Amino acid sequence: MKNRKVLISLFALIVFSVIIYNCSGSGSSGDFSDAASKVYVAPGSYDEFYAFLSGGFSGQVAVYGLPSGRMFKEIGVFSQDPETGYGYSEESKAMLMTSYGFIPWDDAHHPSLSMTSGEQDGRWLFINGNNTPRIARIDLRSFETVEIIETPNSGGNHASPFVTENTEYVVASTRFSLPIPNKDVSISSYKENFTGTVSFISVDKESGKLDLAFQILVPGFNYDIARPGKGHSHGWAFFTSYNSERANTMLEINASQNDKDFIAAVNWKKAEEYIKQGKAKTMEAEYYRNYYDAEKQTAYSEVNRKVLVLNPKDCPGMIYYLPTPKSPHGVDVDPTGEYIAAGGKLATVIPVHSFSKMIKAIEEKQFDGDVEGIPILKYDKVIAGEVEDPGLGPLHTEFDGDGYGYTSAFISSEIVKWKIGTWEVVDRIPTYYSIGHLMIPGGDTKKPWGKYVVALNKITKDRYLPTGPELTQSAQLIDITGDKMKLLLDFPTTGEPHYAQAIPAEILMKNSKRIYELEKNKNPNAVKSEKETRVVRNGNEIRVYMTASRSHFKPDNIEGIKVGDKVYFHVTNLEQDWDIPHGFAVKGLNNGELLIMPGQTKTILWEPKKVGIFPFYCTDFCSALHQEMSGYIRVSPAGSNVPVSYNK
Amino acid sequence: MSSRSKYLMIAASLILLGVFMFPIWNINLKAPQYPEGIGLRIWVNQVTGEKEFDLKNINGLNHYIGMKAIEPDTISELKYMPFILVFFIGTGLIISFIKNKKMIFVWILLFLVVMSIGLYDFYLWGYDYGHNLDPTAPIKVPGMSYQPPVIGTKKLLNITATSLPGIGSILILISLSLAAISYFTLKKDKGELNV
Repeated sequence: MKNRKVLISLFALIVFSVIIYNCSGSGSSGDFSDAASKVYVAPGSYDEFYAFLSGGFSGQVAVYGLPSGRMFKEIGVFSQDPETGYGYSEESKAMLMTSYGFIPWDDAHHPSLSMTSGEQDGRWLFINGNNTPRIARIDLRSFETVEIIETPNSGGNHASPFVTENTEYVVASTRFSLPIPNKDVSISSYKENFTGTVSFISVDKESGKLDLAFQILVPGFNYDIARPGKGHSHGWAFFTSYNSERANTMLEINASQNDKDFIAAVNWKKAEEYIKQGKAKTMEAEYYRNYYDAEKQTAYSEVNRKVLVLNPKDCPGMIYYLPTPKSPHGVDVDPTGEYIAAGGKLATVIPVHSFSKMIKAIEEKQFDGDVEGIPILKYDKVIAGEVEDPGLGPLHTEFDGDGYGYTSAFISSEIVKWKIGTWEVVDRIPTYYSIGHLMIPGGDTKKPWGKYVVALNKITKDRYLPTGPELTQSAQLIDITGDKMKLLLDFPTTGEPHYAQAIPAEILMKNSKRIYELEKNKNPNAVKSEKETRVVRNGNEIRVYMTASRSHFKPDNIEGIKVGDKVYFHVTNLEQDWDIPHGFAVKGLNNGELLIMPGQTKTILWEPKKVGIFPFYCTDFCSALHQEMSGYIRVSPAGSNVPVSYNK
Repeated sequence: MSSRSKYLMIAASLILLGVFMFPIWNINLKAPQYPEGIGLRIWVNQVTGEKEFDLKNINGLNHYIGMKAIEPDTISELKYMPFILVFFIGTGLIISFIKNKKMIFVWILLFLVVMSIGLYDFYLWGYDYGHNLDPTAPIKVPGMSYQPPVIGTKKLLNITATSLPGIGSILILISLSLAAISYFTLKKDKGELNV
């Protein structure tokens, strides 16, 4: 009898082990039955949060719902968007203009929501272009890019566009220092010729208009990530730097020698005072500002040629360096504004500086030398505490508003939760794999919404069905409502998401635009009714003023076009009904398509090169007779005398 | 006429002013593609959509089955109905001061006759609108007509149409009831000639 019990137990143990063994793929063990109900959003129901994930090298922003992880939209920002014609249409091309010409791509890293009093206000989303330094503003009523400003005197616009408490400024800096102004010098003359800049781009309170307010010249380190202060540290902004060695080659070794690099603490209110006192110099610099005129539904470019520049040597008390181990990456300010946590990516601790200690150290002049006139504060006079055993390669910290920080650790591939004040690690959870940024809804504001942390992972490996050498990137949703973090969901992401932002859906959804009112359409090429449609020739330029409505174009037969003509199709969608866009595509058109929202006018240029008949059609399945929504264009040889004609 | 029946008659007249402020008939349409609904509001002097662009969108959809576009400017009833209403308000007020029971009766009767004609006219309009279809329409369903009900619900292809009196009609009914009470109140008080 006893033996039998032992046998049964042994058998059960074997079965159990086999089950465990079969389930123990990477991180797939564990009980997720509870998780499923926490991320399940029933058909027709809404997610609690909108999440905005940067597209990284896709140059776009993707919009997701949380907790479901469902993707709703990709917003074309720095990249042409073939889906909507953004960057292809005549109305939108100007948005991608730079001082280097038309650049239809960039590397978008850090979405940042506008704030009022340190809390999300749901008006705009900013995001940086890292490669050709730019900052974009997205209108959260239309989810469209409405402005892009270039930052001159900059290389690698990485530490941007972090927002001050009342969206006074979005900040930026140079990850790659350069000769300023840029010139033809030997790269090995880095130490004498290369300088960094910190930029403050002002945001108009009403319109959101961006202006490069001023730049500060800083020693030629690599400025990496930034965070403005909040509460009592409002008025300051903090920038991490690495490569205080000022190496110009093989940075992975040569920029990793110093035990400590710096966080630059910039007093921007003081900078404003110095500007008022006339301490700023005006420098020549060419940079574009592209803006979308909502009434004319058209983007325009303006070229700016001057920038105000402050030199710390002329402006004592404007910048201090906080020594920070080691090659710090992230710098994150807690909801109270007191603590500044650094992600020393090669450090063995998370150093957390105290803002009030910093102010006291400045008053007591607790300096340890200076770099080009910028005082270095003594580490032990500014440090509030060090989080021990924070995982390997700590990068970024978000806050839950309940007294905890959550830090991503890239090398040990985990999130580490620690308590503000005691600096003890209280929990940790693995991520799959190699987390970069992490995001708690509102976790960078004075009022975090908490509930979840999203891990934005750099490496995917075996998490999904394989798709050849290139795999999707991966995000993970983790429940932080309990004492222990709990993994709920993996979801794939587009491009490479760096940072992300999330905001309660109810703040945005009530303002979301459904249509553009035809009556208010001031596009100079709009036609408001089918009666106004026409085709006009002026030399070799043809303008087709066309309408689209269910289920036809007017006109839909056009003749008299000749090889060598420049044909502008100005297509107005006459619909005023929600979710009834029309598309427009022409065979052989060497560009893209148009996707025209109700009440909108968009233009695409066609330069026909061959003689014959060319069909065009609606690309967005709009109605039961969508397949009938088509037409023909006759292209005659250059020099032929077929007159322009069209049907109405 | 007693002061009570006089005030009732004044109220019966003045409440009709409210008919200018609310639709007299509502036609609500439901379809899979319109989860939030789409609808028409018939006023004493205009036809509008339930929401800003509903009328335009209904006209857009209706061209598929060959229904005529609803163009409020071409509907002559909308031009003279306000005058009829003003007539009843005016005469009602006059009657309330003249204190003539017979006149109240005539006022009510006339109002009922006009209302019946109005409803019949509405039916005819709906009939024409639903039956008189463009022969070149893309969607032709043999035997199908699209007349909306005067009152009630009817399934028209993918659309469920529900037609009901609006607040304006309810105000008219209240007005008629008040006039009727005024009439009967006066009957009880017959012989009294004090104002």
